[in-house]
Amino acid sequence: MAACYFDVDGTLVRTNLVQPTLYYLLNQGTPVQTGLRLGRALLKAPRMAYAELMDRRTFNELLYSAYAGMSEDRLALLADEVFDSVLRPALFPASRDLVEKSRAAGHEVVFVSGALDFIVERLANHFGGGGVIANRLEMKDGIATGKLLKPVVAGPEKARIVRDHARGKGYDLDDCFAFSDSYSDVPMLSVVGHPAAVNPDRRLALMAKAYSWPRFDLTQPA
Amino acid sequence: MNHPSLVTLERDSAPRTLFCGDRLVEVDLPAGTRVIYPKKPMEPLADPDAAIRYALNHPLGSDPLRALLRPGMKVTIAVDDISLPLPPMRRPDVRERVVTILLEELADFGVEDVEIIVATGVHRRMKANEIRHMLGDRIFDAYWPDRLYNHDAEDTANMVEVGRTPHGHKLSLNRRAVESDLLIYANMNYVPMNGGYKSVAVGLCDYQSLRSHHNPHSIRASDSYMDPYRSKLASDIEVMGRLAHEKLKIFTIETTINNRMFDRSLDFLVKNEDELTGRERALLKGLVMSTARLPQPARHAIFDRFPAPYGMTGVWAGDVEAVHARSVERNFEQYCVPIEGQADVLVYGVPYISPYNVHAFLNPLLVQVLAQGYLFNMYRGAPLVKKGGTLILLHPCTDKFDHEQHAPYVDFVHRLLPETRDAVELRDRYEEKYARDPALIQMFRTGHAYHPSHPFFMYYWGENGRQHLGRVIVVGADNEYIPKLFGWETAPSMEEALYRAKGGENRSLEITALHVPPVIMGDVTLPGGAAG
Repeated sequence: MAACYFDVDGTLVRTNLVQPTLYYLLNQGTPVQTGLRLGRALLKAPRMAYAELMDRRTFNELLYSAYAGMSEDRLALLADEVFDSVLRPALFPASRDLVEKSRAAGHEVVFVSGALDFIVERLANHFGGGGVIANRLEMKDGIATGKLLKPVVAGPEKARIVRDHARGKGYDLDDCFAFSDSYSDVPMLSVVGHPAAVNPDRRLALMAKAYSWPRFDLTQPA
Repeated sequence: MNHPSLVTLERDSAPRTLFCGDRLVEVDLPAGTRVIYPKKPMEPLADPDAAIRYALNHPLGSDPLRALLRPGMKVTIAVDDISLPLPPMRRPDVRERVVTILLEELADFGVEDVEIIVATGVHRRMKANEIRHMLGDRIFDAYWPDRLYNHDAEDTANMVEVGRTPHGHKLSLNRRAVESDLLIYANMNYVPMNGGYKSVAVGLCDYQSLRSHHNPHSIRASDSYMDPYRSKLASDIEVMGRLAHEKLKIFTIETTINNRMFDRSLDFLVKNEDELTGRERALLKGLVMSTARLPQPARHAIFDRFPAPYGMTGVWAGDVEAVHARSVERNFEQYCVPIEGQADVLVYGVPYISPYNVHAFLNPLLVQVLAQGYLFNMYRGAPLVKKGGTLILLHPCTDKFDHEQHAPYVDFVHRLLPETRDAVELRDRYEEKYARDPALIQMFRTGHAYHPSHPFFMYYWGENGRQHLGRVIVVGADNEYIPKLFGWETAPSMEEALYRAKGGENRSLEITALHVPPVIMGDVTLPGGAAG
């Protein structure tokens, strides 16, 4: 038995981490709260743009600080809406095929994402279940602090998490698969025996070609 | 007296010009070497369209097609993919002619529910431009992509279990074909191993159905697989095919073509080098020099650019067995050259094309299947070379793969072959695991990659050559690593290869060389007149 590790954003769905966050910000209790939160988030935008280029982990930490002060109840309440309104319409047509073929091959399906766990869990349920490795918000008295619990799922850390997960389950990493669209996931792709570039960005496409990794597109149905 | 296509070299014979991948090279072979040349192309049918209509109206072992039609029925036409002929033929392809006439017949009888499936089996999906080339603009524009499409062996929702063979092997086929009132299969019988029961049972099936016959055991027991009457592979497929023909209403159409692979202006490529005119000799020399100097992509582009001027030599329709017997007979007529006795050493240049690299580079595993599989099997009666004999092949064996088409091949060559060269072990340990690889399956379904089981099959198809030959020596290899992976030796020249074939002893060798392409088959009789 082995596992298939799926990056989510850009790999299985068209969205990125910002879109669900934006949905939360736009759906606060009152227009004033929405305005304040959006304003604060916009002030951080230049730093986030810089971090996106330099360090995925810092980007995640900046992005999720926008959740500071949101209640756990509200986050859970809106999670279904976020999935239905943001993620579900953005699923690539062939994503389900790939996940189902992985399961049919007898592999454990694991979604590895920098998105928040309660959203990725809904995606996993949509695909018929599977493990979830995702970022978790720190909560204090039912209120998000805006910080992420460690380990932060991003960049090279994904590789360590995947390695630990496989070891914990007794899987041979050589038999495991990993799928991602982004060059930032090369560390994760590199630890498994069967990496694949899915809808790859230019840098990942070049790397996949150099190392003869499978490359394919989920944006078209089979 | 020798057959006109069989030439015995003299001391003063000119060097032979053989393919070495996409290069042409001159090779000195010793006096006494028997070189088998392709037979002259058979005269093509004067009016192929009339011949197709005649075949539909005068079928073998079946009612005429029009007697099987009724308004409102559901009909599926399946056609072979572009893996044949090699290279793709000049337009109109035989399949365009056949399908055009079929569609006219169907329309005449009020049959409107018609779909056309390219029976790719586990081959790569054909691209739109390739299908357009094969079936022509009119059919393509009217039917693509909703009613003209590639078979998808991994579309589980659209595969149906047809039944099980007496041995319990499951046959699953394309749902549309199974649920049609009539399935018409239009084939291209390029070589004798094509067609017959294989068309439906392989072209429209899934991986699991293929496993029962695409395995090292069936290949080993085939003598040869180009001779369907002595091919275990063919008889195993026949079991599956009979099941399909029992459950489905199938009308078979088979066609044959001649061996005119090159234009008349290039006829010198298939002529005895001693009989070339001065002009032809100069042209051949020019080709040898230019292919030696041009960079590989340019050579590939040149060879890829020109479709072959093949001519249609036969068409038959009706019952699969009756039809196939005729097309195989015509294939033998075109390809078989009688030759007495087996050689100690067999020589051939491995060309740049195979059925599995149309518009792509011939990767090392495909070199292997050509060398130890297809070309080795080009015989009837007995192998061209003695058991334990030597094969000397010319090819660069470049470690290069087409990343779009041959993604699954890379792992096979670089990850699995270093583990073992044993075909049975490869099948037992790795085949199913790789065949279920979700990434490679996705590339097969949405891209243009071969199915992940395909490299395994390609390795098995070299199995009887591997079992029969004592040693394989490669001349012209640009590396030693790839030949070594296949268990082959390398030699810097033909002279050195022949010296090694003698095993250092001062003995004379019986040498046979195949001057391919185009296709040649040796009709081998053993001393005393017995076939092998």
